[in-house]
Amino acid sequence: MSAVAQSNPLANVSSRSRLRLSIFYGFLLPIVFVSLLAGVGIGSTHISWSTILRVVEFKLLPQAWTSSLHLTKADEVIVWLIRVPRVIVAFFVGASLAAAGVLLQALFRNPLAEPTLIGPGAGAVLGGVISFVTGWSATSVLSLPLMAMLGALLALLIVYAMATRGGVTPVATLLLAGVATSALLGALASLLLSVNIVNWQIAQEIVFWMMGGLDARTWTHVWLCAPFVLLGIAASLLQTRDLDLLQLGEETAASFGVDVESSKRMLTLTAAILTGAAVAVAGLIGFVGLLIPHAVRLILGPSNRTLLPASALTGGAFLVLCDLLARTIHPPTEIRLGVVTALCGGPLFIYLLLRQYRGVAN
Amino acid sequence: MSVVEARNASVKRGGRTIFGPASVRIGPGEMTALIGPNGSGKSTLLRLLAGLWRPDDGEMLLDGKPIHSLARKEMARRVAFVPQETQIDFAFTVGEILAMGRYAHRGRFSPQSEVDRVAINSAAAYCDITHLIGRAINTLSGGERQRVLIARSLVVEPEFILLDEPTANLDIHHALDVLQLCQSLSRKGKTVIVATHDFNLVTRYATRLILLQGGLLIAEGSQEEVLGAETIREVFHVEAEMVPMKTGRPVYVFHQRTS
Repeated sequence: MSAVAQSNPLANVSSRSRLRLSIFYGFLLPIVFVSLLAGVGIGSTHISWSTILRVVEFKLLPQAWTSSLHLTKADEVIVWLIRVPRVIVAFFVGASLAAAGVLLQALFRNPLAEPTLIGPGAGAVLGGVISFVTGWSATSVLSLPLMAMLGALLALLIVYAMATRGGVTPVATLLLAGVATSALLGALASLLLSVNIVNWQIAQEIVFWMMGGLDARTWTHVWLCAPFVLLGIAASLLQTRDLDLLQLGEETAASFGVDVESSKRMLTLTAAILTGAAVAVAGLIGFVGLLIPHAVRLILGPSNRTLLPASALTGGAFLVLCDLLARTIHPPTEIRLGVVTALCGGPLFIYLLLRQYRGVAN
Repeated sequence: MSVVEARNASVKRGGRTIFGPASVRIGPGEMTALIGPNGSGKSTLLRLLAGLWRPDDGEMLLDGKPIHSLARKEMARRVAFVPQETQIDFAFTVGEILAMGRYAHRGRFSPQSEVDRVAINSAAAYCDITHLIGRAINTLSGGERQRVLIARSLVVEPEFILLDEPTANLDIHHALDVLQLCQSLSRKGKTVIVATHDFNLVTRYATRLILLQGGLLIAEGSQEEVLGAETIREVFHVEAEMVPMKTGRPVYVFHQRTS
């Protein structure tokens, strides 16, 4: 028998998957690095690489080691106050949306679940609008991300209650419940905006925020999202073994000792934190949470222990590159970031939907 | 060796009693078949025994202790459950599926140990699926998938293995194969409980039959004690003819009831 020939068949298989993982990261890490560099280096104003390097050096290293000699104020502002924070926010938002996508796909046991398509994105927008109109956002900067997370959580609870019966979530119900919830919460957000349109200053703030995108992001945006994104990703990484089993079905998970109810609560909360943090600083950016986990799963397989960190890194690099494309492809105008991600993600979504229905028909 | 037991256990759904009250003891090393027509309560009893459902009245006991007083992971280490639905949509490898069987043995942060690996490799060898370890679960045939899920329940190293309709989606060759595997596990000292509506197959392997109808246990014992032509007519609404076999137990031939 073959078991005699290879005494530890499991080890052979896992060493093969370790090899695949090293090759994957061998490609991914340079891509992440290059995307961050390109994001900072390329833009509508030409700034030489040496100038960029000197600005970053000047900002990061102790003042005694470097000097601001030959640096103009304009270079400094463009590199350090415009490009660097924008690239960092893009990376965190992409990582956050991709990780949220992985969590939601496992929670709903459905590869079409995506944070901005099935409700939590719209919930986060409503939460954000509430924090503007109540004036909380003026009193505390933290109220915007916190309310966005609360809104995302609310939306997820509604969608879950509507779409899931006995631990099973059919595709059609998930999408319908997601569309209905998004429409309802989106309408509430618009209503709040219309009612407050007389207060021109607040209305302007809301409109600017709701348009989303990554233009004019500052270091404040970095500090507003980074801690929550890191917290959310760390919390997700603690749950990967539960996620694997939940993905096989709630009853199976329970029979292997997973505390299904508490782990679903944790997952929902984590997904809401990640979605809320992303929406708070960048508005609704669709399809990242669909495209990235799916692509990574094709290469590395569905095991969440490898899928989650790989998706987060890939998502970050992806959004930095999409943003770079959005602002350089047709200068001097910027294309909206959501347009670029939708152009990449839309066709994949249609393909997945068709394939699932064909699968059901067979 | 352990005993799992129901004491006047009943399950209500929407104010209606759908199962029980029923009492039963299932002891070590037996291969017990829960049989009965659709909706008779086989699956409900199996889920009660696995600790997946909690009775609304009465108690479920494992070695005299209420199942729900046991820690979730302890229960999971002692009682393994093989679901009826073997279809898995995500492309986990068989090795990954088997490794999930060690969930209750490993801490959240502990890596796979040598003990885990031995459990996985020997379960795979026992169920003859070693050659499938690197394959994606969603590319396997129904018979292969069923063997993988049984192997995963062995990876747990449980005292009890509970299977819900393990032969429902299999052709006759693979159905016999799976039941034989169950029998050999019970001979190895595992207590095997199989819920199935196909009693013609399972009678060849089970040491004890429990017949259910309308959520109640109506007979238990050997094939001769439980499955007379009269009982079959009453419970399954078909006429049954018992055909004696030169080798092994008699089999049944069914035809539609005329009146």
